[in-house]
Amino acid sequence: MPAEFSMRTSPLRDVASQVGVAKPDPAIVVDDVTRTFGGLVAVQVEHLEFQRGCITGLIGPNGAGKTTLFNLLTGFDQANSGRWTFDGKPLAKLPPHRVARLGVVRTFQLTKALSRLSVLDNMMLGATGQRGESMWRALLPGMWRGQEREVEDRANELLERFKLDTKRADFAGTLSGGQRKLLEMARALMSQPKVVMLDEPMAGVNPALTQSLLEHVKDLREQGMTVVFVEHDMDVVRDISDWVVVMAAGKVIAESPPESISHNKEVVDAYLGAHHDAPLTVEEEDKVLAEAEAVIRAERAAQAEALDAAAREPL
Amino acid sequence: MQQVLDVLIISTKAFFGPLAVFYALMAIGLNVHFGYTGLLNFGQIGFAMLGGFGIAISVTTYGLPFAVGVLVGLLAAVLFALLLGLPTLRLRADYLAIVTIAAAEILRLLFRSVSATPITGATRGLSGFSGDFYALSPFETSARYTILGARWSGRELWVVSVGWTLVALGCLAVWLLMRSPWGRVIKAIREDEDAARSLGKNVYAYKMQSLILGGIFGALGGMIYALATSSANPDQYQSANTFLAYAALILGGTARVLGPVIGAMIFWFLLAFTESGLVELTGADGIIPPEILSSTDVAQIRFVLVGLGLMTLLIFRPQGIFGDRREVMLDAR
Repeated sequence: MPAEFSMRTSPLRDVASQVGVAKPDPAIVVDDVTRTFGGLVAVQVEHLEFQRGCITGLIGPNGAGKTTLFNLLTGFDQANSGRWTFDGKPLAKLPPHRVARLGVVRTFQLTKALSRLSVLDNMMLGATGQRGESMWRALLPGMWRGQEREVEDRANELLERFKLDTKRADFAGTLSGGQRKLLEMARALMSQPKVVMLDEPMAGVNPALTQSLLEHVKDLREQGMTVVFVEHDMDVVRDISDWVVVMAAGKVIAESPPESISHNKEVVDAYLGAHHDAPLTVEEEDKVLAEAEAVIRAERAAQAEALDAAAREPL
Repeated sequence: MQQVLDVLIISTKAFFGPLAVFYALMAIGLNVHFGYTGLLNFGQIGFAMLGGFGIAISVTTYGLPFAVGVLVGLLAAVLFALLLGLPTLRLRADYLAIVTIAAAEILRLLFRSVSATPITGATRGLSGFSGDFYALSPFETSARYTILGARWSGRELWVVSVGWTLVALGCLAVWLLMRSPWGRVIKAIREDEDAARSLGKNVYAYKMQSLILGGIFGALGGMIYALATSSANPDQYQSANTFLAYAALILGGTARVLGPVIGAMIFWFLLAFTESGLVELTGADGIIPPEILSSTDVAQIRFVLVGLGLMTLLIFRPQGIFGDRREVMLDAR
């Protein structure tokens, strides 16, 4: 099913595999974004588009700047320069809650389950536009009770879909790591987002739960949401993404459909180091050999000298 | 036997007394800050001082009506919360803690400085502002009433009735707020600010609302204290009071509506019980000889004993009286 989706119906089938390529219908467009920490350039992206209604996988070695890019896009970090838009609306300099209200919701690499709130309360927090969240109206339960019931119904529906309904009344802090990932994803859906950004949704999750998480991510696409996710597991990336963006040292070094990404030379170099597979020429072999011999000769000479010195030393 | 009864009567009076009201109101405020929102406010006494001096300065220094004094006190608390919150609430929790404790001390030193004498009375403080308040009393202010063996003056009864009414209304407000969606956001901020932000909640605004609300409770407490003592003196508002209010809150149980109230009552009951008990025991016909404990040391030793009691409580019942042990233990993971 996912393979079929990407091969036949993917709106990205005619898009060329090159960095910064234009997509037919981008939801998020990033331009000239840089973020430096002291002298380290953490993110430097010239142009990047995320296709609407597709799953885009963001991969790259550790320290490539994936999470930093996530933080910038969702307002959790401030860029040094650059512009990025969602549906044409500029997102730069917006605080995180404003970004979320526009419909761009994220999850975190280290799950943020609200431990001392019940699972149901965790879910209900996710709904946006709640009248009872204003301090004055909160004092008058009549103002928000009706809406609260709707929110609760929606939360229960989602909890059932994510198979957390039996945990409804438990503190979220009692859930296992995998269940927390599920809860966090379900909670993000409570806000009925347009874009879901998942930071390593599968990290620390057992294989059985991974499958169910994957199905949920695919579900998001079926419902018309745009999904961007960071992941290390290449099998997962190949399985669910329609498009893959590869980052290394803060830059986007490649983007392409998932089937062809592992053939990309830049990508292999980024993961395994440049020239790792270039065969040595005869001259190079000789050079390496000569260097090694020179080192050995120098060591022997030093040893002999030390022995001579010891022999000359009076006892 | 009579002595035991006397000790119990004195302690029971403290259980309902104006000091218990003062600490209950301060602790309700701290419960909103620390128990529900996770804000570490170590300057609650500063809010109380603004409440007390709000009335005292308005009435005694400027001759304004009592009601205006109450409004001035509340407004000052709101402004103080804004002043403290604006620069610190965007930062981590510890910054607020440092700023609040410093600000409360600055305020106290400012009020007691010689140059402030025309307004605050400096170290002598202000008095003569509670007349309008006691004029409203339905009890005969000079008469004595005997309740449960304890003797209360009409003034005491009036200030305590107003005080406990305020405590009841405060508890009602906190209960209503914390079961609403607003309370859910507040508790979510305590658990993880970034999670609340990622779900579209304006964390900064909510923290500010919480700081103001809790500060208003502190100011109300300070007003009751000033009215009960009929004087406002900067040195009554030492930072130690904030920590005693925290002790009362933790004793009762944080993030529980009645926790701070019951905590404050029990705290003052215990202080009065150990004090009057020790006074009896070290007195002329007491059983503790003066070589071991003289009656002049009682005032200090009672805090030692209550402190030991609190430590025992935290070891065996870390959630306080009303808390849920499972909830407290979640943090230990």
